[in-house]
Amino acid sequence: MLTLFLILYPAAAATLILLFRGERVKQAALVAALVELALAGYAFLGFQPDASSQFGFDYPWLGSLGIRFSAGIDGISVLLVLLTGLLVPLIVLSTFNRNYERPSTFYALMLYMQAALVGVFTARDGFLFYLFFEAALIPIYFLAAMWGGENRIAVTFKFFVYTIFGSLFMLVALVYLYYQTPPTAIAPHSAAIEDFYKLKLTAEAQNWIFWAFFIAFAIKMPVFPFHTWQPDTYVESPTPATMLLAGIMLKMGVYGLIRFILPIAPLGVGTWGKTAVILSVIGIIYGSIIAIRQRDMKRLIAYSSFSHVGLMAAGVFSQTETGLQGALVQMLAHGINVVGMFFVADIIFSRTNTRQLDQLGGITRTTPKLTVFFMIILLGSVALPLTNGFVGEFLLLHGVFTYNNYLGLAAGFTIIFGAVYMLRMFQKSMFGPTSSRTESFSDLTASESWVFISLVLFVFWIGVYPHTFLKVTEPAVVNLMKYIGTATVSMK
Amino acid sequence: MLPIVLLSVFGIVLLFLGFMKSKAILLPATLLFLVITLAVNFLDWNKSYLYFNDMLRTSNLSMVFTAIVLGSAFMVVALSSRFMEEESAQPAEYYGLMLFSLVGALMMIGFENLIMLFVGVEILSVAMYVLTGSDKRNLRSNEAALKYFLMGAFATGIMLFGMALLYGATGSFTLAGVGSGANPQQGISLLTASGMLMLLIGLLFKVSAAPFHFWTPDVYDGAPTIFTAFMSTVVKTAGFAALFKLLSVSFAGLYPWWWTLLAIITALTLVAGNITAVYQNSFKRMMAYSSISHAGYLLIGLAALGTQTKQAIVFYSLAYSVATIAAFGVLLLVARQRATQTFTSEGVMSENFDAFNGLARQNPLLGFAMAVSMLSLAGIPLTAGFWGKFYMFSTAVERGQIWLLVVAVLMSTVGIYYYFRVIIAMYFRDGATEPIQVAPFYRYVLLAATILTLGLGIAPGLLQGLF
Repeated sequence: MLTLFLILYPAAAATLILLFRGERVKQAALVAALVELALAGYAFLGFQPDASSQFGFDYPWLGSLGIRFSAGIDGISVLLVLLTGLLVPLIVLSTFNRNYERPSTFYALMLYMQAALVGVFTARDGFLFYLFFEAALIPIYFLAAMWGGENRIAVTFKFFVYTIFGSLFMLVALVYLYYQTPPTAIAPHSAAIEDFYKLKLTAEAQNWIFWAFFIAFAIKMPVFPFHTWQPDTYVESPTPATMLLAGIMLKMGVYGLIRFILPIAPLGVGTWGKTAVILSVIGIIYGSIIAIRQRDMKRLIAYSSFSHVGLMAAGVFSQTETGLQGALVQMLAHGINVVGMFFVADIIFSRTNTRQLDQLGGITRTTPKLTVFFMIILLGSVALPLTNGFVGEFLLLHGVFTYNNYLGLAAGFTIIFGAVYMLRMFQKSMFGPTSSRTESFSDLTASESWVFISLVLFVFWIGVYPHTFLKVTEPAVVNLMKYIGTATVSMK
Repeated sequence: MLPIVLLSVFGIVLLFLGFMKSKAILLPATLLFLVITLAVNFLDWNKSYLYFNDMLRTSNLSMVFTAIVLGSAFMVVALSSRFMEEESAQPAEYYGLMLFSLVGALMMIGFENLIMLFVGVEILSVAMYVLTGSDKRNLRSNEAALKYFLMGAFATGIMLFGMALLYGATGSFTLAGVGSGANPQQGISLLTASGMLMLLIGLLFKVSAAPFHFWTPDVYDGAPTIFTAFMSTVVKTAGFAALFKLLSVSFAGLYPWWWTLLAIITALTLVAGNITAVYQNSFKRMMAYSSISHAGYLLIGLAALGTQTKQAIVFYSLAYSVATIAAFGVLLLVARQRATQTFTSEGVMSENFDAFNGLARQNPLLGFAMAVSMLSLAGIPLTAGFWGKFYMFSTAVERGQIWLLVVAVLMSTVGIYYYFRVIIAMYFRDGATEPIQVAPFYRYVLLAATILTLGLGIAPGLLQGLF
């Protein structure tokens, strides 16, 4: 039942917020998001670390067709639900010094987005998943296109059409899977994801199902070469929308890989997994190299995010327990880091009116707080030990190494390159002589500090004691490995 | 078959009401007549009767189709308050003709005999020819009416020829008789094949399937917007009800012969409608091509005739009709408002995409209603249109027609492109205008359409127990 509340409550709150006016909107949105965080936190703490689905609900939806409105939290979704609950209030709080036109619509769209995201991560019915997967796109599209930069209309439209195009193939695959399921007591077929797991599909069917799902998720993440929408969209969107996109929405893709492709099409992964890993590794290196060349902070972070997500995809397709565990933890860690990075870029932009690195410099002189927080988040991003990035990336790289030494080696460049572009960004913006724009740079306000304090708390928590998070995902991952394991056996 | 009788009588009553000085009574009277007919329609619920010497049959399915057609007509009439303001308008005749054309539509839905189908198509079409040309001082309206009439008459001729051939081949005009006469056991005879083909061509023309769609853009564009809305919903729903009945009763046994042909026509329709719609600058013309493309989606269900088809067609026609009427309703208001500001070179009011610029800021409700109907037509989840497409795609998967499905999926993506042009114009572009005044009743109709679209999008099961 808690899951139902987690999905419906943000949507209801959003509808209420539409009635608010003026300054109170922000506060109302923050309160609403904090309540959701409390619920998500409760779910996380109360989650029994086993492979079962908990806090769930199950109602008939298209009863006679066997399509059900059912959702629940299991080990694979629990961290993502926590991440969604955690990031949305922080993103709301990060906007407290900004004034967006028509604030009630702005914050309502953010909360609608949250409802859809929680729905994606918890849905247990294939079509419900699809519904939320698409529904999440509408609020973010409006957020980006209404409050974005100059070129927003064309850029966000490309993003929208691109992602919808991908997910339509997923819909075809879902319908196909649905028709393969055996009749249940009440309906001719079933759309439950667990029933999809039990299907015995031919290798040929698995191959095309792999691609139908992979294209949908690869566009969402994005994996090379499906990434062309991403940098522009991240740059043109208002920062809160970028945070939602990079912090949470991107994880829908990685989550989909784990939830659908690995267990449903293991033979497809056997045939095409290597291609996917290679594409991901190309993305890692390609994204890093482009990031090194960027002058615009937001664009640099966008490419770094593209590079990091490549590693997650590679880890998932390594089909190892460590790789999957790493992907799950890294999703949480990356969400925290990328939101922090975009927030830094936004703070600098709001104070200096520029994101160009060569127009910045010397910010450290007046901003001790920002410097420290920026540094910590940055170290998390470059995967320094004892920060959150280290745990995830280490596990992921271990997984990729187990899969293939050479690919693991290539993927390992992410850490070196990451340090290069991140430190370069830090250096260019924070150190050196002050420019005319950065002379009167003021340090963090109270609300900004709180955002960073919360983020940094998680950077260290995950970095120092990852056991809290790994232990909840482990049983589910082990359970998932069964489907992958049986497939490799049957291949021989 | 009380609804047919009632509608005919009401149509005549309306013509007489036109003699009264005050024309204000016509609109509420028409709405009342439609509500009465709609209520009477359900009297035969769960029973199946044959009427008029076995010429017509009522079934739950026919009653649901009738309800969709009458409901669409109700909404169109409710949005037609503008008639009253025009000097040269003849509202009594318009409403009367609309009711008469509904009689034709009902016959197409309930026919049991091919002759009845022909009579229904003719009644529907003749009324529509007149309504298309009802803006008689407008050159384009006249052009549209003439084109529609000439092409339509030609198509009905082909259809009638097809029926004659079928009669020659099977010795029967009844659905069941044609079905058993065209027994596929000993192969399909040339006479049956050509008869069936011609009959189908006639009906495919009416629902504007490619390559018989060339009349559609000009007619939809030239006709007064309110009748375009009527045409693109009522005629299409009735046409598909008739096609479904023919294919599933008479020609079900011949499926292996016609499905490839129909699948090719479906793919052509999808491609022609969607691709051409992208290049339109006029919203109304875009809607014309969009209606062609939706004919394509509906045809998927027929080309993949199966257990799901009935449900798919009912759901799709309902979702499509509601969204289309809401879209045209908003267009009516916007075009009238902009007409006072910007005239195009031809002196017609602007129905281009630009006319919608900034609409959502000035009129949030209009913007929202339009956005929801565009999302529904584009098939985005949480709207009725999504489930319509879902059912259609399901039928194709059930039959294993994957190539058709791939075409449909690709074309849905293209569809997003042109539907979102409206949303982009309304929400993200600036248009310096004062808000449009919307009459309360008008607002309720748009609101009802929006709620219906979203409601069916969230709980598509609502419609399931119905037939």
